[in-house]
Amino acid sequence: MAVTYEYIVRTKDLIKEYTMGGQVLRALDGVSLDIRRGEYISIMGPSGSGKSTLFNMVGGLDKPTSGTVFIDEVDMAQLDAFELAWLRCRKIGYIFQTFNLIPVMTALENVTLPMIFAGISTDDAIEKGIKLLQTVGLGERVHHKPTELSGGQQQRVAIARSFANDPAIILADEPTGNLDLRTGKEIIELLRRMNKESGVTIISATHDLKMIDVSDRVVWIRDGKIDKISARADIDLNVGQMEGEQH
Amino acid sequence: MASKQEAGIRRQIELPLSQAVKMARDSIRVRFWRSMITAAGIFLGIAFLESVLMTSAILKSIGDGYDDVVRTRQNWLVVMSLLVSTVGVVNSMLMSVNERYREIGTMKCLGALDRLVVKVFLIEAGFTGFLASVVGAIVGTGAMALVLWVRFGGKFWGALSGASVEVLVNIGIGIVIGTVLALMAAFYPAWRAAKMPPAAALRSEF
Ligand SMILES: Nc1ncnc2c1ncn2[C@@H]1O[C@H](COP(=O)(O)OP(=O)(O)O)[C@@H](O)[C@H]1O
Ligand SMILES: [Mg+2]
Repeated sequence: MAVTYEYIVRTKDLIKEYTMGGQVLRALDGVSLDIRRGEYISIMGPSGSGKSTLFNMVGGLDKPTSGTVFIDEVDMAQLDAFELAWLRCRKIGYIFQTFNLIPVMTALENVTLPMIFAGISTDDAIEKGIKLLQTVGLGERVHHKPTELSGGQQQRVAIARSFANDPAIILADEPTGNLDLRTGKEIIELLRRMNKESGVTIISATHDLKMIDVSDRVVWIRDGKIDKISARADIDLNVGQMEGEQH
Repeated sequence: MASKQEAGIRRQIELPLSQAVKMARDSIRVRFWRSMITAAGIFLGIAFLESVLMTSAILKSIGDGYDDVVRTRQNWLVVMSLLVSTVGVVNSMLMSVNERYREIGTMKCLGALDRLVVKVFLIEAGFTGFLASVVGAIVGTGAMALVLWVRFGGKFWGALSGASVEVLVNIGIGIVIGTVLALMAAFYPAWRAAKMPPAAALRSEF
């Protein structure tokens, strides 16, 4: 059986360059970050600072130019296509700003899809899918298509889908970016609750300051570099003093 | 650094073909009208090809007047109609794959193997291509038969019975060409989209 490591994700000297029309743009510039199992960590930074790029590298959705991503101390570059697919299916759940539900599928079909890929029988997948949709408060909407749901409801479906195969990591890229203030807050609270209940590690890229309250740690990123990392303990202990620095 | 085994990382399983068939069928069903438009592109190409082939077969069978000039013109039309159907089929399939890049990226995030994505698209294309070609071949042949019948009257039936084997072979050729073109036209874009990193597929706007 799998050994558990203290750090579920580590990145070392991560560099990602994009070449566009002969110009080289360094979106990530030497990011080294250790993420502990079970923590809720927010990657904060302005638009264009490299959050999505980091999200893609950690999630195995793109390859870094140089540097390493370790998942459970395994170098992701060592994984073949089958192992990467397994990782994306079983170990990581993804949540996107644009929800990325399959438009022609119902809420339930969207949630069961990762389970189908994992080889789980249709009956079991449907049973679990309904349970997950109930957990996120959509028990009455299982047969609705994404176009028949509000933004907040679509994001709830995406959250239910991300939990389909009991992943160890949830990666969220601006999960509240397309939602109004109140709906965004509900989504943040839902993520926090699921983090507490299941012990899943949540890594959330955002520039939504509401995220700070629920985060165990906040990584501040600017121009592809880590600016600083603040722990919740610091924030709690130094209420008032830290406030100016956080924003 | 830990080994893959220690970390419990395993290999993704391959889904049985029946699962891919089911996904392809569902996909056609839920976007029925979009699939019909794709099918229409294939249908028109094959119907045109068949009408030209039918004319050749009947003229040849009637005999008189089927001289070098007519033969050259008919062959030229066959080449043209082949080109037209190729463009029609390839365009239809390219469009139907291109507009689904994001979906492909999403499926890969959820654990789909590249080959499953390609398989689903090929089954969809094969199925759509086959049905559209069957209908296109029958309608193209039938419509041209009507035109030739009006033109030649009673002589048409004699010519048809003389050319019946060729007509059937032509229908078969049309069905094979339509299906194979649809499969080939779907393969390249589907394979390209499937092997692209999910981040890139998700970013594409269609
Ligand atoms: N595929 C790409 N091709 C070229 N440049 C890119 C690409 N993706 C991101 N970038 C650039 O990299 C930088 C970081 O982008 P991104 O990671 O999306 O930032 P964030 O998510 O923090 O807004 C930006 O300058 C962006 O324009
Ligand atoms: Mg971003």
